[in-house]
Amino acid sequence: MFNKYDVIVVGAGHAGCEAAAAAANLGSRVLLITMDMNKIAQMSCNPAMGGVAKGQIVREIDALGGYSGIVSDRSTIQFRMLNMSKGPAMWSPRAQNDRMLFAQYWREMLEQTPNVDFWQDMVSEIIVDNGKTCGVVTGMGQRIMAESIVLTNGTFLNGIIHIGTKQFGGGRIGEKAASGITEQLINLGFETGRMKTGTPPRVDGRSLDYTKMERQDGDEIPSKFSYSPETVPVKNQRPCWITYTNENVHDVLRTGFDESPMYAGRIQGLGPRYCPSIEDKINRFAERNRHQIFVEPEGWDTVEIYVNGFSTSLPDHVQFEAIRLIPGFEQAKLFRPGYAIEYDYFPPTQLKLTLETHLIENLFFAGQINGTTGYEEAACQGLIAGINAHQKVKEQDPFVLKRSDAYIGVLIDDLVNKGTDEPYRMFTSRAEYRILLRQDNADIRLTEKGYNLGLASENRLRAVEKKISDTDNIIKYFKKTSVTPEEINPLLLELGTTTIPQNYKLDAILSRPQVELKDITNALPETNALLCNFDNEALLQAEVLLKYEGYLEKEKQVVEKMNRLEDVRIKDDFDFFAVQSISKEAREKLNKQRPKTLGQASRISGISPADVSVLMVHLGR
Amino acid sequence: MSYYINQDLNDTICALATAGGVGAIGVIRVSGAEAITLVEAIFKGKRLTQQSTHTVHFGKIVDGDKVIDEVLATLFINPKSYTGENTIELSCHGSPYIQQQILQLLVSKGCRLAKPGEFTLRAFLNKKLDLSQAEAVADLIASNSEESHRTAMMQMRGGFSYQIADMRERLINFASLIELELDFAEEDLEFAKRDDLITLVSNIQHLIQELLHSFKYGNAIKNGIPTVIAGKPNAGKSTLLNALVNEERAIVSDIAGTTRDTIEEAFVIDGITFRLTDTAGIRSNSQDKIEVIGIERTFDKLQKASIIIYVYDAATTTTEELSNELAQFDAIHAIVIPVANKIDLTTTPLIPNAQTISLSAKDKTGIEVLKQRLIETVRKDQVKNDVIITNLRHYEALQHANEFLQLVLNGIDMQITGELLAFDIRKALFHLGEITGDVTTDDLLANIFSKFCIGK
Repeated sequence: MFNKYDVIVVGAGHAGCEAAAAAANLGSRVLLITMDMNKIAQMSCNPAMGGVAKGQIVREIDALGGYSGIVSDRSTIQFRMLNMSKGPAMWSPRAQNDRMLFAQYWREMLEQTPNVDFWQDMVSEIIVDNGKTCGVVTGMGQRIMAESIVLTNGTFLNGIIHIGTKQFGGGRIGEKAASGITEQLINLGFETGRMKTGTPPRVDGRSLDYTKMERQDGDEIPSKFSYSPETVPVKNQRPCWITYTNENVHDVLRTGFDESPMYAGRIQGLGPRYCPSIEDKINRFAERNRHQIFVEPEGWDTVEIYVNGFSTSLPDHVQFEAIRLIPGFEQAKLFRPGYAIEYDYFPPTQLKLTLETHLIENLFFAGQINGTTGYEEAACQGLIAGINAHQKVKEQDPFVLKRSDAYIGVLIDDLVNKGTDEPYRMFTSRAEYRILLRQDNADIRLTEKGYNLGLASENRLRAVEKKISDTDNIIKYFKKTSVTPEEINPLLLELGTTTIPQNYKLDAILSRPQVELKDITNALPETNALLCNFDNEALLQAEVLLKYEGYLEKEKQVVEKMNRLEDVRIKDDFDFFAVQSISKEAREKLNKQRPKTLGQASRISGISPADVSVLMVHLGR
Repeated sequence: MSYYINQDLNDTICALATAGGVGAIGVIRVSGAEAITLVEAIFKGKRLTQQSTHTVHFGKIVDGDKVIDEVLATLFINPKSYTGENTIELSCHGSPYIQQQILQLLVSKGCRLAKPGEFTLRAFLNKKLDLSQAEAVADLIASNSEESHRTAMMQMRGGFSYQIADMRERLINFASLIELELDFAEEDLEFAKRDDLITLVSNIQHLIQELLHSFKYGNAIKNGIPTVIAGKPNAGKSTLLNALVNEERAIVSDIAGTTRDTIEEAFVIDGITFRLTDTAGIRSNSQDKIEVIGIERTFDKLQKASIIIYVYDAATTTTEELSNELAQFDAIHAIVIPVANKIDLTTTPLIPNAQTISLSAKDKTGIEVLKQRLIETVRKDQVKNDVIITNLRHYEALQHANEFLQLVLNGIDMQITGELLAFDIRKALFHLGEITGDVTTDDLLANIFSKFCIGK
């Protein structure tokens, strides 16, 4: 009944969809198995993509040739570039999405991708032969064979949903949990743990009084995620709304604490500290008399509203009573209550940087199964796992991004080398080369790599090449063109910075924090006439490179220095136990995680700089 | 932060190549591409950059107009040196103080203090040693770094642990405030005002400057190794102190509990200074308020000690009693030397002589043996050598941290954006981390999550 596949992807969330698309686009025959064909690419939590650090990831996925950026753009109902008051490295794209359209476009894109087949069932077992996986067994007993398997089970593995004292099995509300795989993997020698996450209630928008809330609009000139001209920025955006909880809301919520699954100890899994439930917020920050609530529409046409900031697992009647005390929610009708969910994950230190497991060859993990949280974090792991599942089958080189290449590289390197005991979310502070990893240059950083793999199209590569050469030309112009005090001093006075006594080069003017490129073009008609030949992407790129030249240069030097360690490769069969000068614990850790380079070894928790020096000696450099 | 692990093998390093302590001469080795130009900048004599390899030159090491020492500089030009790099060996006078001054001067000119085993590591990597020596080099690196870390911690207890910990806290706080603005701009939070940040950084800088100032006066070398005399009341602690320093310093009497406060004395054996503290006897049942205060101070002193001389009465103490009494020092990371006192009063001590040092503080017999043991302890643990090095390391790290904090202040003044401020803060944190241990992103995030209500 089934052909033999190159790659089977288990789960069709953000990770699974990217994995299936990537492997298929590279030429693998792919089977995507999901428990429910109608639930492909669900936004299980908030109807939004991107945000600080996450928006950068979406652009990176897009630059490599993944689909998340395109799907997001097509389903955007509001777009904002966050952190615009900070420097360009912090600018972070974020979109509100139509949840239904998002899922619909994902399914369409997968259906239009040659080589992707679908099957609806639960996978209950991995077929393992001689330490290598070669297929799966489904709930209905089908045996489906494949060279590589990518597991993206999300919150479904032994998922338990909690609402107050009620608890029931499920992967999402109204959907069955998956079982079998955890137990089998434990038998195969995997370590496992429990994690917890939660989601807020959804309410009927028709029952809300928006006059009592603050309106939050999208950007006047919205941008988008994808570098491809296939998508365009959103028009006619929908607003979101902001309101606040108050002491009365908190008092009612406290009446439910006795029945809280968190406080009663029924939930063992560790939840994310940065995405706390409302009960956690009022418990831990008792001195705050209000908390912000974002009222987010779930789509263009739907009345369903996502109550961002009100994640809770308190009893439903407490949720209902409390939410009605929020200004604007006095008459609110619930569509469904918030809940907490506990699920199995596998500590990601059991993975290689390709996301293949150490224990079972050709078995890859991506998304929440690795202890992460967030659509973007899941999607990028899916992309990398999908690529490497294909590469492995076709005996091609593994594809690994460095920490200095992309947030994706930081994420996977952190997971594999340090592990995580709470759901891992990306923050810009996790990236040491933060000012190099910007949303404006993801294409310059990654598209060529995507093209060389066979994932990013030739058109994308040509566009990046043009962007680079245009940027160079603009920079050259700024470095060689002088400006007189008469021409520029009025502007400098207006911007509150010191005037110039003699002719200055344009790049020196632009390097001042108060001066933006558009100020200069407004003041200098000649410059304006020349620069209007270039598109915004190149202009922005040139502005960033000119303004931050000093910092970027320093950062690149650090990268180079660190990359000398990254370039020292450790052979696959290197015997860490033979290195007697390293402590026993360190040797065991190294042997277990088997770093590929000295750089990776240096980041494994518990490995000291002295250990690295010792290894360096042994590797003979 | 761990990703700034300093594996830079291209910069110029320096270190004391001879054993520490007072000797006739000491040799400071400088190695790296810039070794000769760097030394030339502080060397008054022939122009070293114009001399040929394997030549020796007399000159003065000067800090501006101030002459620090007269030295002999031996030149080894790349690749004909131990490390395979340009190398200068400065033979200076054997005073730890002078050696520290010279090293400090080199650091201020752009040298970096060598890490344990680094000269040898470079020699190996430049193919100056054969492969069979690799394991030896590796051992050296591993054991030295462990040792120096331990010594550093020992130093810390005696000195600045409180201030350093305080500074680390403040810097983490400051760094988290900046990171908070960057990663959580959308949150309903009040971000720190720039003026408050300036105050915070200035306070941290003030603390660093105080510490740097104290280093300038060579605190550890001057102050010596913190050594505490402890024991039960009337075991003869004060008499022993007097015997060691040859001076009637503490009040000595037969009444148990005479020494109610701690008393400090310094004495020198073989050029190594010990800072000796006599303590009130440890009696758990004391009723006397002043004495209780004295006992509290005793425990405070013990926490800061590198060496503890534990005195007991040879005539009355059994092996079991002694091991019980010594057990109370288990939590303290000092080296404990048990001493049986009052052997003049007994011919049959309860504990065999071999296990302990037996002496009579009153008759001054056996004092030399104790002195010998003290000096051996120090030598064996390289306390002294590392005292200089760790101190200098701290000095260097603090200086760098201070420089980057200054860049932060300049940045705030120029209104540069947060992620660029964070760039310099991270470097400051990295350098402070060389003393306090890594300050990681996880530390910053943990601080943010504990102090601010984050998350929609």
